Amino acid sequence: MAVRDHLRTLRLSAWLGWQIESNWARPLIFLTYSFIRPIAATLILVIMYLIIKQDVASEPALFSYVYLGATFYMFVSSVVFGITYVIHADREHYQTLRNIYISPISLYVYLIGRATGKVLLAALAVIISLTFGILVLGLPFDPLLVDWPLFLLTMVLGLACLIALGLALAGISLLTAKHSTSINEGVGGLVYLLCGAVFPITVLPAWGQAIGLTIPVTYWLELVRRSLYPGEGIELLGGLQDFTDGTILLFLLVSTVAFTALSLAMFRRADRVARQRGKLDMITTY
Amino acid sequence: MSDWALNLRAGMARAYARTVGATREPSWVVFDVLLPLLGVAAYIYYYRALGADPAFEGFVVLGGAMTAFWLNVLWGMAAQLYWEREVGNLQLFMVAPMSRMALLAGMALGGLFTSAVRALSTLVLGVLIFQVHMSVADPLALAAVFSLTMLAVYGMGMVLSSLFLMYGRDAWNISNLMQEPVYLVSGFYFPVRELGLGVSALATLIPVTLGLDAMRQLLFGAASQGLLPVWLEASMLALQAAAFFLLARFSLDRMEQRGRREGRLTLRWQ
Repeated sequence: MAVRDHLRTLRLSAWLGWQIESNWARPLIFLTYSFIRPIAATLILVIMYLIIKQDVASEPALFSYVYLGATFYMFVSSVVFGITYVIHADREHYQTLRNIYISPISLYVYLIGRATGKVLLAALAVIISLTFGILVLGLPFDPLLVDWPLFLLTMVLGLACLIALGLALAGISLLTAKHSTSINEGVGGLVYLLCGAVFPITVLPAWGQAIGLTIPVTYWLELVRRSLYPGEGIELLGGLQDFTDGTILLFLLVSTVAFTALSLAMFRRADRVARQRGKLDMITTY
Repeated sequence: MSDWALNLRAGMARAYARTVGATREPSWVVFDVLLPLLGVAAYIYYYRALGADPAFEGFVVLGGAMTAFWLNVLWGMAAQLYWEREVGNLQLFMVAPMSRMALLAGMALGGLFTSAVRALSTLVLGVLIFQVHMSVADPLALAAVFSLTMLAVYGMGMVLSSLFLMYGRDAWNISNLMQEPVYLVSGFYFPVRELGLGVSALATLIPVTLGLDAMRQLLFGAASQGLLPVWLEASMLALQAAAFFLLARFSLDRMEQRGRREGRLTLRWQ
């Protein structure tokens, strides 16, 4: 299929996804709904932090570590959820998955396109959350110190990795009943737990650290923190202080490529099984 | 057949469909038993990284267990009539000569099965794996508070269900909105008192806030920094339960009438 066809699928499915996401309410109400949930999730961690540590100023590097992890985690839930939910929405709610299957488009491109709106909203939520952190909570931040090239490269690789994760889970969703909320909650928990999203992975038992080091999200979050706070001591907290930025970038690249290959294989296998078992039009009504 | 017997059968039938449906599609065991424990573990390690008192780890396990019921109220109850309408079942329910409350009670009962499995597994595995210490000094009081919490929370679910009957995709979005924000204001992972008196007082309008606070006091004693005395929280829960059931009955009737007039009961893909 020509690149032009893929781009058209991407554009139209992104438009469709955005309409489904947003046209049920007025723009202001829609935006409020979109931001309250992820920001509340971050605030839970902030409150927990403040209960124990009392203030931000005493350990600014630790607070930055936690806050950045919690904030950029919004991408994990949005991108992964954005892709997996499409399967259940199209299969059971709109009952159009069959039509999508028989249309002359790439299902991968369609799924990624449908998630694009979520990615944009997550990006906006991250910006709002960072602004709130800087203005209200005293999160230290200097845009002149940020390593922007590293940050942008990290974000591109990180989003690619999250899309790959989303595709793998979309494959699993093809085989299950309406469990996408639980799947995303569970995978979210996995990332929180093993990837050092909100605490250094050194807190985990050795086997947990070993698993965490195989997941690209660990390197993505570490590089996001390092690029936003170069030389501020944040690199000493995550348990990866022995590695340079370049080495971690290489780890991220290699693990993302491996993860993407694995995810595509998982999706293909799940797709085949779903067709064999007649699950493409399954409806969960209990 | 008397109305009572008919409604009882309808409720049991709805509960049966949900319970048997869950056992026929057993993948939920992985998603609802093992995966939620990961999120709980993450919060526990977060507290450990911050150097918190071990009692806070107990708060996380208890809060993590209670999320099972809250999620079931939101997705298995509040948004369920909306979902039934989307898949075409709602019109069948409406023509059946049963009480809508019986239908919702059946949903609650069936949903309690999977939620209880998830909550119990979170509690047991959380306690075993993370060595969380809880002492049940007064099991009767704990059982009473838990039961009142369930009645009030599911009563609230019935009210929301009637409201969501009128909604389109708003229902889905509102349910989404009532997850993390409610975890935050209801103090699922920390004593709600820490949010200050004003926010805590407002949060008591959500029954799970009072239930969680009372259960924390009964399981962790003084470390729980309770908001109000347990007897007062239990009384408030009983009042909330009664109020929500009355409100749900009224609201379901009103919304059904309105839905019939406006032709919304069969409207799909709104």
